[in-house]
Amino acid sequence: MSSPTSTPGGCKRGRNTNPATPSSEGPTSPPSQRRRGQDSSTGDLMPMPTSPATDILSPAAPQDTSLFSSPRPSVQPNEVDMSSPLMYGTPMRGTPARQRPDLGSVRKAPQVDLHSEPPSTDGAVASESNAGQRLVIWGTDVNVATCKEKFQRFLQRFIDPTSNEDENAGLDLNEPLYMQKLEEISVVGDPVLSVNCLHVQSFDAELYRQLVCYPQEVIPTFDMAVNELFFERFPDSILEFQIQVRPYNALKTRNMRSLNPEDIDQLITISGMVIRTSQLIPEMQEAFFQCQVCAYSTRVEVDRGRIAEPAVCRHCNTTHSLALVHNRSVFSDKQMVKIQESPEDMPAGQTPHTTIVYAHNDLVDKVQPGDRINITGIYRAVPMRVSPIQSNVKSVYKTHIDAIHFRKTDEKRLHGVDDDADQKLFTEDRVQTLKELAAKPDVYERLSSALAPSIYEHEDIKKGILLQLFGGSRKDFTQTGRGNFRAEVNILLCGDPGTSKSQLLQYVFNLVPRGQYTSGKGSSAVGLTAYVMKDPETRQLVLQTGALVLSDNGICCIDEFDKMSDSTRSVLHEVMEQQTLSIAKAGIICQLNARTAVLAAANPIESQWNPKKTTIENIQLPHTLLSRFDLIFLMLDPQDEAYDRRLAHHLVSLYYQSEEQMEEEFLDMAVLRDYIAYARTYINPRLSEEASQALIEAYVDMRKIGSGRGMVSAYPRQLESLIRLAEAHAKVRFSEKVETIDVEEAKRLHREALKQSATDPRTGFVDIAILTTGMSATARKRKEEAAQALKKLIQAKGKTPAMKYHQLLDDLRGQSETAITKELFDEALRALADEDYLTVTGKTVRLLA
Amino acid sequence: MPSTRDWINNPLGVVEGMFAASQSDPNSGWEAKAVEFFKDHLKEKDAPTSVPSLNDVPLHYLKPNSLVKFRCLIQDMFDPEFYMGVYETVDPATKAKVLRCGKYKDVTECGVDFNSRNTVTAERQTFYCVPIPGENPWVKESYAGSSQARVVPSTSYAPTRQKRSYEEDDEMDDMDTQPQKQREPHPGPQSPTEQHGNGDCKRQETEAPSSQTASTSHLDLNFPLPGEKGPSCLVKVYENWDNFKLNDTLEVYGILSVSPALSALADEKDASSSIMDPTESMETAEEQRVHCPPASLVPRLHMLHARPVSHNNPLLPSATLEDNSAFLSSTLSEMASVRAELLTYFTHILLGDALAAEYLILHLISNVYSRRDVLPLGKFTLNLSGCPTASYTERLYQIIQQLVPSSYYLGMSLQNMNQMRLVPKKDYVANRLASGVLQLARHTSLFLDEIQLEQGQLDTTGVRNVTALGNLITWQKVDYDFNYHQMEFPCNINVLIVSEGRSLLPSDCQIHLQSQVTPANMEEYLSSIHMHTQTSSQLNKFRIYLSVARLLDYNISDEMTKSVEDDFVDMRKDDPQSVSAEDLHRMLVVARLLSLSLGQTSLSRDSWLRAKHIDMLRRSRMEQHKCVNGNEP
Repeated sequence: MSSPTSTPGGCKRGRNTNPATPSSEGPTSPPSQRRRGQDSSTGDLMPMPTSPATDILSPAAPQDTSLFSSPRPSVQPNEVDMSSPLMYGTPMRGTPARQRPDLGSVRKAPQVDLHSEPPSTDGAVASESNAGQRLVIWGTDVNVATCKEKFQRFLQRFIDPTSNEDENAGLDLNEPLYMQKLEEISVVGDPVLSVNCLHVQSFDAELYRQLVCYPQEVIPTFDMAVNELFFERFPDSILEFQIQVRPYNALKTRNMRSLNPEDIDQLITISGMVIRTSQLIPEMQEAFFQCQVCAYSTRVEVDRGRIAEPAVCRHCNTTHSLALVHNRSVFSDKQMVKIQESPEDMPAGQTPHTTIVYAHNDLVDKVQPGDRINITGIYRAVPMRVSPIQSNVKSVYKTHIDAIHFRKTDEKRLHGVDDDADQKLFTEDRVQTLKELAAKPDVYERLSSALAPSIYEHEDIKKGILLQLFGGSRKDFTQTGRGNFRAEVNILLCGDPGTSKSQLLQYVFNLVPRGQYTSGKGSSAVGLTAYVMKDPETRQLVLQTGALVLSDNGICCIDEFDKMSDSTRSVLHEVMEQQTLSIAKAGIICQLNARTAVLAAANPIESQWNPKKTTIENIQLPHTLLSRFDLIFLMLDPQDEAYDRRLAHHLVSLYYQSEEQMEEEFLDMAVLRDYIAYARTYINPRLSEEASQALIEAYVDMRKIGSGRGMVSAYPRQLESLIRLAEAHAKVRFSEKVETIDVEEAKRLHREALKQSATDPRTGFVDIAILTTGMSATARKRKEEAAQALKKLIQAKGKTPAMKYHQLLDDLRGQSETAITKELFDEALRALADEDYLTVTGKTVRLLA
Repeated sequence: MPSTRDWINNPLGVVEGMFAASQSDPNSGWEAKAVEFFKDHLKEKDAPTSVPSLNDVPLHYLKPNSLVKFRCLIQDMFDPEFYMGVYETVDPATKAKVLRCGKYKDVTECGVDFNSRNTVTAERQTFYCVPIPGENPWVKESYAGSSQARVVPSTSYAPTRQKRSYEEDDEMDDMDTQPQKQREPHPGPQSPTEQHGNGDCKRQETEAPSSQTASTSHLDLNFPLPGEKGPSCLVKVYENWDNFKLNDTLEVYGILSVSPALSALADEKDASSSIMDPTESMETAEEQRVHCPPASLVPRLHMLHARPVSHNNPLLPSATLEDNSAFLSSTLSEMASVRAELLTYFTHILLGDALAAEYLILHLISNVYSRRDVLPLGKFTLNLSGCPTASYTERLYQIIQQLVPSSYYLGMSLQNMNQMRLVPKKDYVANRLASGVLQLARHTSLFLDEIQLEQGQLDTTGVRNVTALGNLITWQKVDYDFNYHQMEFPCNINVLIVSEGRSLLPSDCQIHLQSQVTPANMEEYLSSIHMHTQTSSQLNKFRIYLSVARLLDYNISDEMTKSVEDDFVDMRKDDPQSVSAEDLHRMLVVARLLSLSLGQTSLSRDSWLRAKHIDMLRRSRMEQHKCVNGNEP
């Protein structure tokens, strides 16, 4: 066989079961360099000269062998096809087989009765005496019958009770999984069976190995097996064509960068992002010729990308009278898809690689540019030729992947709840190191100090951000109608300019895989949410997502939060509590998930923080928005000597310590990143009994603090924040249970943040009302007192229907023990006006009624 | 020395010899040996200079399949490719099979036996390399002058070409309105090898083919900077390609391949039936053009050895400074005196402002020496405000251009900002990274002329460009646009902003120029700057000084750390509002650069005090201008 596409991998082949090859093996060639195809070209050395195995191999490259019109081996194709064990084209009660160009096969095969054993030596090499059972497909160690049987057994028996894949939703997990899927096929009529390779591996490792190493032979066998089983079970079902098996999730999952010549012709799964799709390419599978003289018609199949035009009409014996009739020929669909490495897989400082993928038949148009997908397919390499006339070849192969299965990884982000699709795979070693780290008692401190080491101190802020990176557990209350609870922690940093807020944001943005960084000044509501644009090529309306949607499951860092326009900020209301984004524009009405944590930074309105004012007054943000932040930190310049000294030391050491010294002190950024990713995917802490009690107590305490002074100092939102923070802290410890220590730390951090941001500058007490209503309770109380005093004063004055404004103010000041500012006086007047007691017109105050 | 000639003229012969010898012994590791062989030869004294360089020898003078070198920047990385590492050919007449080596070659021999079991598939990576962007003429000339490689015009070279090349050269010069037009009046003191006989005419011919390229080619060679010339190259890398990063500067030693068969591919594609081969019909014409350009325009270079270029100053030894202690100690001892001379020179140029001159020196030797998470350390972007006229800034640039190895002048006019592509962008149609002005090698001086900016509206591109410049200055990184996502590439570029008032871009340090020249004399003074050219030996001293100061190591002793800390605390005590952490950051950088500029590799008490002093002078000057300016936030 002359197919160069069917290349190496021979090293893993069980050669000892195949006595035919060693004789022809040169001593100088290591087995890995041997190619399967070439064995057949030396077919005359074989014990079985007319081995039809060639045809099993021939599918290898139907389209590219056209380049090499080398004479075929001495085998007559027609005889061969008849007896190939893989020609399973038996019409199962009239269901036609469909070609599988994805396997590179041309399989419009002559029919053969599969149940009568094919002539025993055909397509296989008998090893030792025991013929029937020891047949293997030539060049591999695959025995068709065993393989078929194994796969059928797998289909009938495989149960995965722990499965949590969304495809298996609605299936009974304790019944054989794939039998249920077959049943589904019989009902739905979509003849595609997707098989998870991991299932095959856990069921039969040997079968899995064969599948990965010889997909070209094993998958047709699987097809055969599944069809037999299916039509046995559902004899009456009518399918468009026979069932095709689509394996996916081959464990040899790799990123594009690690593909190497060893992988050629093997089953691989790689992930990437679609960057281009070509037009649909019709590929001829069968040509229809008609004789111009006698109208006799004949069909010719594509053989290795070539169509042999019959020279003589068989009917009237005229030479060169046959003409191709295009619209009666058979074509199959084909599409070129280009995928690029996803940015997460790439080493820094390099550009992403791209790979060409061919999609066939129903896989065409399954993916769009911009989709993130996992592709399972067969890796191919084809040599390039400089010119058809010259015979020297460019010594380079073109590589591509024949796609068998596409799996979108970002699909679920739009619909589903769970996000295990973008699970990062961790090696055993890595998991071990991470767990060791987690076991350390001071892991929380370690991690928080590893966060942005170049930024000095602000320990609590770093701890808050650390908890934000981990996030709480996701809870679903859709059943009871409340929808999802927010699991993400939102943090606002406010403070003096130049206190490295932006630097912290930059750091977080660089740390998390799905982070977005925007500046409030430069972003519009549209840029944050989503917009509709017309694709210049297809004239289709396309929904382009903005920063908030893009950072779904990540962190959206918004710098200069205070500079944002009100309309822009208003979209954040929905995002920050409901975690969705509703869009209604240009005929598109939808709700997108935006489960993003928001890390925002704001500058005080007077450019310098005024300690005499409350947070709200300092940053002028609506309190409705502020209450959606779990933690609000102030980053202030503390201005005390000890701090200055430590700061100076920190900065100077930044400049003189060498790289190595720094690394010793702090955790590697990559470790931190992995640690977070691992905790986010695998750890889902639940509240323990004691922890719930502790939370209840904490909440009651918080409410009590205020109630003594007649204020409310905590709302249910604060309780939710506490729960989230406690869960995040449990995640930091890799603990599946939220315990009291987690609650303690959550309480402490929450209190710290409150102490900074919700302290009433007038009283020095923590007052949550500042954040929830924009006014501290004391201020409100004072307003009421002033109003009462004013009312008394007016009543004391007796029947004067109108009074001078200034006069009244002076009188009140004279009477009151506390200082009455003009603002307070105005507010008191307003309060009385609301009671319909008086009206204020200009500088006169009139009593009503 | 025939042996030397041999490994330069026929390196493939060497490789093949080793390959043949290895056949008897499969474990010989001949590939590593071959690479070692060339590395060893290149270590010999004078060896590197005897290899002809693609940078200064026109392509048609170079012998195909000979060893050449190329000083370049990795502009783009293509996908890895699989090739036939070992293959077998069959002689159609005798049926004799011969095993051949496919490494370091683009095209196989005739009669490949595709079914041979001895074929070995191997992997290699392709980089698209361009000459170092913004490399100044004096660097190019000096490198060309020091090359000892004797280039013999090949017989196919038509002499009539030469005539045309002269004309075109002139044309190019006339069209060229960039300030870099100004060349040195004479080639300068170059190594004695300059007396090669054909030195002068060689240089002109260097530019001949490139100017042709620019005028005739439909091909965009994808240079980062507009108006660049020179060959670009597809470099095939055979090992450790993961160690190279985008925008690395390398000196590649490799085998030149200009097989016409490669270009034939592109032309015949259309003619031959593309229907038959679906794999090829699916690549767009653009992609074909980019990935397989004619070898006559974009030669292929099969890498044998690559040396990272830590600096591209031809006056410095190419080895690292540590390896060359003799050179280092001789320069170090002179440093203080050269610095004084340079300070006088700059003071003169900067209208008599000695403080600004001091800061300019510090800026020119600044270097991002490390990064702490996202924070780049050691950058020192200078904003020189109060520059009188546009013509003055252009002159200033010309002077800087004479001193630094690579630089670029970016006039920040509205039109430029709205139209130029500053940030590289991935072109998915052609499958390549379309370059932008900010794709620069490290240590390049970027000169931003804000005086050119007038009132008007910035459009989307303009805003994006200004943001990109801001990011570059603050974080020393450029976010390349990959359409579906952005990717961050760290960089190390010295940005100098000249402006009238305070620049709209952020900067580490702003200094307002205080002209000692009366406005009446300004015209005259400016023209005298132009006339005042330094002697070339002095220029060379300055060049060496600036490059060396940047490469020096630096540390702070514990004792100094303590005193710096104390100082900071004291300063804060006096006036906490005026001194912030940011100020300490800047002062530490200033102190570092000040020490280095004097050739001191550790911080001394004097340097620290001096740093504090000049920073105070600068700030007091800014105070004065605050009221005048009104540009403050």
